[in-house]
Amino acid sequence: MKQLKLKTTVMALALVSLTAMSCKDNKKEHMDGDTHSEMSHDGDVEQGKMESSNDMASNDGQMANSKQIMADYMAVKSALVETDQAKAAQAGNKMVGSLKSFDMSGYSAEQQTELKDIIADATEHAEHIGESEMEHQREHFKTLSKDMMDMVAITGTDATLYQQFCPMYDGGGAWLSMEKDIKNPYFGSKMMTCGKVEKEIKSTM
Amino acid sequence: MKIFRIIAWLLLLSFVVIQFFPTAYNQSETVPKTDFIVVNNPSEHISNLLQTSCYDCHSNNTEYPWYNKIQPAAWYLEEHVKHGKSELNFNEWDELSDRRKASKLKSIISQIKNDEMPLPSYTLIHKDAIFSDEEKLAIINYMTELKQQLD
Repeated sequence: MKQLKLKTTVMALALVSLTAMSCKDNKKEHMDGDTHSEMSHDGDVEQGKMESSNDMASNDGQMANSKQIMADYMAVKSALVETDQAKAAQAGNKMVGSLKSFDMSGYSAEQQTELKDIIADATEHAEHIGESEMEHQREHFKTLSKDMMDMVAITGTDATLYQQFCPMYDGGGAWLSMEKDIKNPYFGSKMMTCGKVEKEIKSTM
Repeated sequence: MKIFRIIAWLLLLSFVVIQFFPTAYNQSETVPKTDFIVVNNPSEHISNLLQTSCYDCHSNNTEYPWYNKIQPAAWYLEEHVKHGKSELNFNEWDELSDRRKASKLKSIISQIKNDEMPLPSYTLIHKDAIFSDEEKLAIINYMTELKQQLD
């Protein structure tokens, strides 16, 4: 009996330490996975660069990228207008991807510094939109909108944008929209038409 | 009955075994030049509040509780501190651009206002880290003022 106990003890010990080890391994693997995906991202960027250098217009590569970021931002906005937390989270996560693969090599050094700052900030807000409750998503959307306005001031836009503003939200909240009509992302159906067009940002292409 | 005894043994053993896994300590003697308090030089009242309620997870120096000597509590704390520092590290405040500072200040204000910070799991044991209404207001006012300077 005693021997049996001892045996079980030893076996249990082995089992436990094995499990602990494999846990660690899993973690490592997971991390490796992350770097892989990052690397493949970089690959994408490389490809994008090559394509753009093949094109005649020198700015094509990045414009496609800032265009993608803007498209993702609009998806977040639409989800917030619909007060759809899950959809906003999904769009936010997608936006994180575009922000991270943003190719800014065609801009001047000064613009790049500014863009890097904007992108770093926007990434954080998009990440939070990807994992937060509705109210937090809207809070982060307010700052994200500011980042997008500053980004467009540098990159320009291929479609006319409307900068809109609702004075009711948290001391006033602005956002960008592709349409002139007001659809409020801060309140959704509660106050759908609260706001006005502050500025029209004309297409630069 | 035997099976219960084996399970109990297993649990006890795993508890013993995990004690041998080391965790990374978040401790530093020096306060860098980029530290929030060094840079902004707030009143002593505000500095104390920040250090008591925020710095354990949001700086390079944690004052560890006794149960950090015991697993799995130490793992839990390690993850906590790592995550806290990745969101905001007061020691590295001045490395942030004005835009990022404004963003962080906004989050600080909103999370303190909504009682999301300090974390309930933290104040459960660190009773001194709980902000009174008056302290909450003082911190929020101070952070709002800082933010206005940046806008």
